[in-house]
Amino acid sequence: MSQPFRLNKEGLINRNKKISFTFNGKKLFGYEGDTIASALIANGIHLVGRSFKYHRPRGFFGAGVEEPNAKLQVEFNGHSEPNVNATEMELVEGLSATSQNCWPSVNFDIGAINNFLKMFFPAGFYYKTFMWPKSFWYKIYEPFIRKAAGLGVASIEKDKERYEHKFEYCDLLVTGSGPSGLASAYAAAKNGAKVILAEDKPRFGGTLLTDDVSIDNLSGKDWAEKIITELKSMPNVTVKNRSQVFGYYDHNMLVMFERVSDHLEKKSKFTPRQRLWYIRAKETILSTGSIERPIVFGNNDTPGIFLSAAAKEYMKVYGVLVGKKPLIFTNNDSAYETALEFKKNNVEPIILDTREEHSSELIDEAKSKGIDIRFSHGVIVANGYKKVKSAKIGKLNKDKNSFEKIETVDCDCICVSGFWTPSVHLASQSGNKLKYEEKIDAFIPDKKKQHETSVGAANGSFTLEESLKNGFENGSNLSAKITDTKTEIAIPNVNEKKYGVHDKFWCMPLPKNENPKRFVDFQNDVSVSDIEIALREGYRSIEHVKRYTTLGMATDQGRTSNLNGLQLVSNIENKIVPEVGHTTFRPPFTPITIGTIVGREVGMEYMPTRKTPMHEWHEKNNAVFVDAGAWKRPRYYKQGNETLFEASKREAKNVRENVGICDVTTLGKIDIKGPDAAEFLNRVYTNAWMKLPVGKARYGLMLREDGIVMDDGTTTRISENHYHMTTTTAQAANVLSHLEYYLQIVWPELNVNVVSTTEQWAGAAIAGPKSRDILSKLYPDLDVSNNALPFMGYKEAEFFGVPSRIFRISFSGELAYEINVKSDHGMFMWEKMMEVGKEFGNQPYGTEALSTLRIEMGHVAGPELDGRTIPSDVSLNGLVSKKKDFIGKNSLGREAFNVESRQKIVGLIPIDRKSSIPEGSHIVQDQNAKLPNPKLGHVSSSCWSVENNNPFSLAIMKDGKNMIGKKFFAVSPLKNKSIEVEVISSHYVDPEGKRVRS
Amino acid sequence: MLYIKCPYCGLRAQKEFSYGGDATVKRPNINEEVSSEDWDNFVYMRKSPRGKHIELWQHIAGCRQWIKVQRDTATHEIFQTAKVTEEIR
Repeated sequence: MSQPFRLNKEGLINRNKKISFTFNGKKLFGYEGDTIASALIANGIHLVGRSFKYHRPRGFFGAGVEEPNAKLQVEFNGHSEPNVNATEMELVEGLSATSQNCWPSVNFDIGAINNFLKMFFPAGFYYKTFMWPKSFWYKIYEPFIRKAAGLGVASIEKDKERYEHKFEYCDLLVTGSGPSGLASAYAAAKNGAKVILAEDKPRFGGTLLTDDVSIDNLSGKDWAEKIITELKSMPNVTVKNRSQVFGYYDHNMLVMFERVSDHLEKKSKFTPRQRLWYIRAKETILSTGSIERPIVFGNNDTPGIFLSAAAKEYMKVYGVLVGKKPLIFTNNDSAYETALEFKKNNVEPIILDTREEHSSELIDEAKSKGIDIRFSHGVIVANGYKKVKSAKIGKLNKDKNSFEKIETVDCDCICVSGFWTPSVHLASQSGNKLKYEEKIDAFIPDKKKQHETSVGAANGSFTLEESLKNGFENGSNLSAKITDTKTEIAIPNVNEKKYGVHDKFWCMPLPKNENPKRFVDFQNDVSVSDIEIALREGYRSIEHVKRYTTLGMATDQGRTSNLNGLQLVSNIENKIVPEVGHTTFRPPFTPITIGTIVGREVGMEYMPTRKTPMHEWHEKNNAVFVDAGAWKRPRYYKQGNETLFEASKREAKNVRENVGICDVTTLGKIDIKGPDAAEFLNRVYTNAWMKLPVGKARYGLMLREDGIVMDDGTTTRISENHYHMTTTTAQAANVLSHLEYYLQIVWPELNVNVVSTTEQWAGAAIAGPKSRDILSKLYPDLDVSNNALPFMGYKEAEFFGVPSRIFRISFSGELAYEINVKSDHGMFMWEKMMEVGKEFGNQPYGTEALSTLRIEMGHVAGPELDGRTIPSDVSLNGLVSKKKDFIGKNSLGREAFNVESRQKIVGLIPIDRKSSIPEGSHIVQDQNAKLPNPKLGHVSSSCWSVENNNPFSLAIMKDGKNMIGKKFFAVSPLKNKSIEVEVISSHYVDPEGKRVRS
Repeated sequence: MLYIKCPYCGLRAQKEFSYGGDATVKRPNINEEVSSEDWDNFVYMRKSPRGKHIELWQHIAGCRQWIKVQRDTATHEIFQTAKVTEEIR
């Protein structure tokens, strides 16, 4: 239970609270405030995974988002999550972590044979080797490679957690709570601006937590705490830790990912796991800091090799030693701080500095403390397979390309520093073209495209004094422009150690006859030789080199590898880095969960559910529902063990023989008012509307400007300047926008208003030969005879004391009425209808029976009006006026619309009168013809004709009615069916339309 | 996500709008003769400029007004928005 690498005192962890967890089945302990990484290192565990391609042993390299290796499969709170960054995930009780990409175990991984065959796995290996035969790629090669190279395993269990989205607006968003971020937020807050300060880590302060500095006589950590405490107390400031701003989108919208509760042992039912913030900021301060980059050397991926700042963070934040015999390999001063920290904890480091002997504040301090410093030195190759055991180090000649002396020193860890790379991801995402800063050998933001300002290390300022000044000034100036208030803030006194100049040295040369792998990108196993091969093979653009070698790809997005890769390319190509350019930075900065992206829009909340006022009745009466857009419509009302087919047949038959009632609330309804309403309808519809009398309905057809049918429906003249339009359920929203377009933009001179009333009216259709009997009982005081209320007639009357509208319209082809009442009275109306209808053999019917009824009548609907048909294609040319102009009229004259052989609507019946014809079947002359078999048309709608008791389909077919009487095959490769059919008229039942007028 | 200033409602998220195409296209007058060429140009022919473009948007989840938006199609910068009855210069 002892943690051999835990320091006695150091660190910000809570030593009073032990946390137990398992790693690869082994039970271990850590403390509250540990990450998985710090707890494992405290326990002396470094081997955590295998590399992607060669399955080489890998350990921790960083202490945060920069980590390329330590991706674990982690189970906690009933989740199993792959690719969790062990350096970021906080330890929670009962967590269980396992290594990925290894089999059978991380200690003995069969895939590691790739490492010994590495000469056969150069860059582009997969592209070159698995090319032939071509058909093998998808079925054999790719699945195998994926299995061999997989990262973690995504869970197939349903995610029970809650995820939320939040929309927020602010004056200033500050991304990162290091010194420059704190200063910016503080200055802006003091100016009265609405500020959001986001910190990715659990602790605020950034480098202030680890650097040996003081501000106004407070330690960096204490100053950060003081500022954060004050910010938290201000009502205009929102301070968020565990929150990473990962994407910078258009018009200053940034997206932030908040880890709300994974670190909590207990949480309430409604606490989300994670939250996605959409933040619209007037100004953004990018104080994202910088990430240390390594120096490339032989076997530099061996477990036990760390970034030097990470080693320091493990000591100062977690009280953990990454080793007890450290080698510090650096080209700059910052690693000296790590060495001094080791020394403070009674560990003797050796510093290998690639620079020639010189002096600086830090070097002098290290010397005075008796630290072994070797100038002009570097690590050539690390020895050890699963852990560093020793290192071959070399003294460099003046040319820095050959060695004066080579020796081997024992060590148990190597802390490497190749200087600092500003985190410019967000700036780049905002559209900022970056510029190369020679002084720091890295890219920094250039001209801005959006309202963003990079400060501190993210902008290439690596001193605390400069970062704070930068932060205070920008925070104050940017917010003052918004709030018109400027509060003077004294810039604090800073005490920090001055760094000397860094060495432009990034890759260790190799002695002759030595050829260890030197990795540039750990996560994708990209080595120096891979990049050399890519260039040798002619890849020049850095984007191509990236794709060919996979340099800088995958979850760490090359945070520690990009610049070294660029340096290598620029060296070989003899170009300067800015000429090579950099690859594109894309969101998200680090991986985020799918759950967070989806938020609450899952299951029932995926989209709104629209229910009609009669929904409960349908539920109680065994309705099986179908989705019609967001609406729930009864598809059929199940009796006993009926199937869909049986039930819909029964319901449809009952309409034909007796009477049925159908909930038609979902039909789109648009109220049209104004003195020019008739003129407007006359332009919108293809048929004539000027002479429709008050109290009459008319069927109308509307086209798009290209002549294609857009929608159909009936419109009723309620009064002189008032019309009630109905649309299909599916097109309701489009039709409203369409009408608004013409009224607002094309014909603003027309005095007409339109508004959707779909949800204001509940509608029920009564259809069948006995429908008038029901109607007369529902309206005992009203004359509902054929003369008083003829086909296409309209009346308003009280329905048991409730105002109602009666339309004599029919979709089923039977004598039928549609009654509308206010939505609140919908259920009342429905129940009354059911009660009164009983004696006439009424049955409710659903959409399936409704379809059957309209199909056998030859009435067209969505499947026929599919965005490809013009009126004459669907036998509706009788509704097209020749006398007046209307939307789309000019297009109807187009040549292709008027060829005789154009596909038009017909009816189909199977020769055997038994086999139902699958919708979507193709109509062909010869079912055995050579492919491609010429297609003559397609089956649009199919039903079982209850009138004729055999299958019947509508089809859109070449030559249309000229084909009547001929035989063809309807083939459906999808259903593996081929049915011989005969072409008949599309009006299978009551072609003269007598019933609707009866 | 764009941030569009509806001339009636103020700045709103793109989510509330739906796109409606080129705002400079004028429909031939109703009840007037139009040549096939003019008609085809109106129905089918659209420019796809890189840069400034005046387009129609409808504030469907807001006031339901169609509006004009002058936007850079490459950078998404919005220069101006206006009511459809107003001119954008």
